[in-house]
Amino acid sequence: MSAFQSILDFAIGDAQAERAVPPTGFTVRLTVFSAGAMAFLVVFALALSLAAGRLADRWSDELARSATVRISAPSEQMAAQTEAALNVLRTTQGVQSARALNLQEQRDLLAPWFGPELALETLPLPQMIEVIETAQGFDGDGLRLRLAGEVPGAVLDNHARWRAPLVAAAGSLRLLGWLSILLIVLATGAMITLAANAALAANAQVIAVMRLVGARDSYIAQAFMRRFTLRALGGAGVGTLLGALALMLLPSASQEGGFLTGLGFQGAHWLLLLLIPVLAGVVAFIATRLAARNTLRSLT
Amino acid sequence: MIESTCALRHNGETLAEKAGNRKGRSVIEFETVAHSYSGGELLSDVSLRLAPGSFHFLTGPSGSGKTTFLKLCYGALVPTSGSVRLFGEDVRTMNRDDIALARRRVGVVHQDCQFLDHLSLRENLALPLTVSGQEALDDDANLKELMGWVGLTARAEAMPPELSGGERQRAALARAIIMSPEVILADEPTGNVDWEMSQRLLTLLIELNRMGKTIMIATHDLGLIRAAKNQVQARVLRISGRRLQLAGADL
Repeated sequence: MSAFQSILDFAIGDAQAERAVPPTGFTVRLTVFSAGAMAFLVVFALALSLAAGRLADRWSDELARSATVRISAPSEQMAAQTEAALNVLRTTQGVQSARALNLQEQRDLLAPWFGPELALETLPLPQMIEVIETAQGFDGDGLRLRLAGEVPGAVLDNHARWRAPLVAAAGSLRLLGWLSILLIVLATGAMITLAANAALAANAQVIAVMRLVGARDSYIAQAFMRRFTLRALGGAGVGTLLGALALMLLPSASQEGGFLTGLGFQGAHWLLLLLIPVLAGVVAFIATRLAARNTLRSLT
Repeated sequence: MIESTCALRHNGETLAEKAGNRKGRSVIEFETVAHSYSGGELLSDVSLRLAPGSFHFLTGPSGSGKTTFLKLCYGALVPTSGSVRLFGEDVRTMNRDDIALARRRVGVVHQDCQFLDHLSLRENLALPLTVSGQEALDDDANLKELMGWVGLTARAEAMPPELSGGERQRAALARAIIMSPEVILADEPTGNVDWEMSQRLLTLLIELNRMGKTIMIATHDLGLIRAAKNQVQARVLRISGRRLQLAGADL
């Protein structure tokens, strides 16, 4: 029998076997609620992990190929030093492009801190030059020496100083998200095991009767496993749906909002949500199987 | 050990010849079986062979080990020492699935008639078919016939708590035989019913024996045993002082 056929048979189930095990009240509610709550939490942990991953990727990939040259000079020398720095950069191996940011771009950069109405003209701001590297990159130390010799007011910043800890932080956040998912899965397994144990204990008499009439332990276990798997699947389905709705209600990503408003799924990542109820079902299946095996072994 | 309908050995004494047994393959076989609970030994040095189609009563005072003996007969307990063979296979070498399959060949009627209270009587009677993977609906005609035989047709949709003591006993008997087992073990089947009902149950068990079933009834109701005297050739076994003995002459 193929695995697919086995899964199909399990999903379809045996209506008569289902009837043999009576529904037990509080374990139903416990399983459905815990699976739902855990699925809801997994949605957010997954969203956090994926968003942190995107952030880490962006910081490490996009910013890794860019650098900034900052020119601090008296206003009358600013244009000359900027042009000199651009000349140096254009003749540096490993520099794909270099351009001085215009006034509006500098205003945009400062707007989050000083507001959009900032009169840049009145401030002694340094001139920023955006440098894009080639895939091979440039020799940072060599470039610094050249700039120091030809453009005294130029300072090269290849972002490494602040990018590395941010990438590390985003990576940690991503790891934290996955760790949270693992803990939630384990907690779900533990709760369903408790519920299954309670249901099996409450049905000791039923198990005794079924054994008396010749039921195999695998048949008895199957009835419980199917029940708990379907409960977890249903509960997790509702929890996932609610979690997804809550995510959709978050403010949409914007430049001002930064990371928090980007917490969500993008593109194909939404399909990952479909895996959460399946994961809950698999956890319930394994937890109930272990609980049933242990309980049936202990019942004489 | 001598093959017989009922071969007993107590303190080295073989009782088979005294019992005048028929030759035949044994369905259940005990060989120097002992069984202990934490409180001490309940059965000791029990040897017995049950041949197909035989009829036995098992007597003894309360707490003497009748129920334990029956549980050993259908693999619910494993002996502390000695061997019990069900249909030729030693229970110690049987896994749980083997035991389950063997139980489909042994119908058991308990005094307390355990049913699943959330299922109707009809569903309870069909339970052995259900757990063995047979479609109960296919056997609906047999089920109806069986309910008619034990006089419970009108109660098919009743729930177990709604049944009287006698109805429960007859239902338990019907459930025990629905798989057409080779052996029927009844533990105090008349313990909770009046005389008339106990006679009716006895008649049903005797009818089954005439169909070739091996019957063992654990009871301390000597009236029931006497009542069977003129209807069936039965052996009376007695558990006394942890030992199994042949009690008196054949009925």
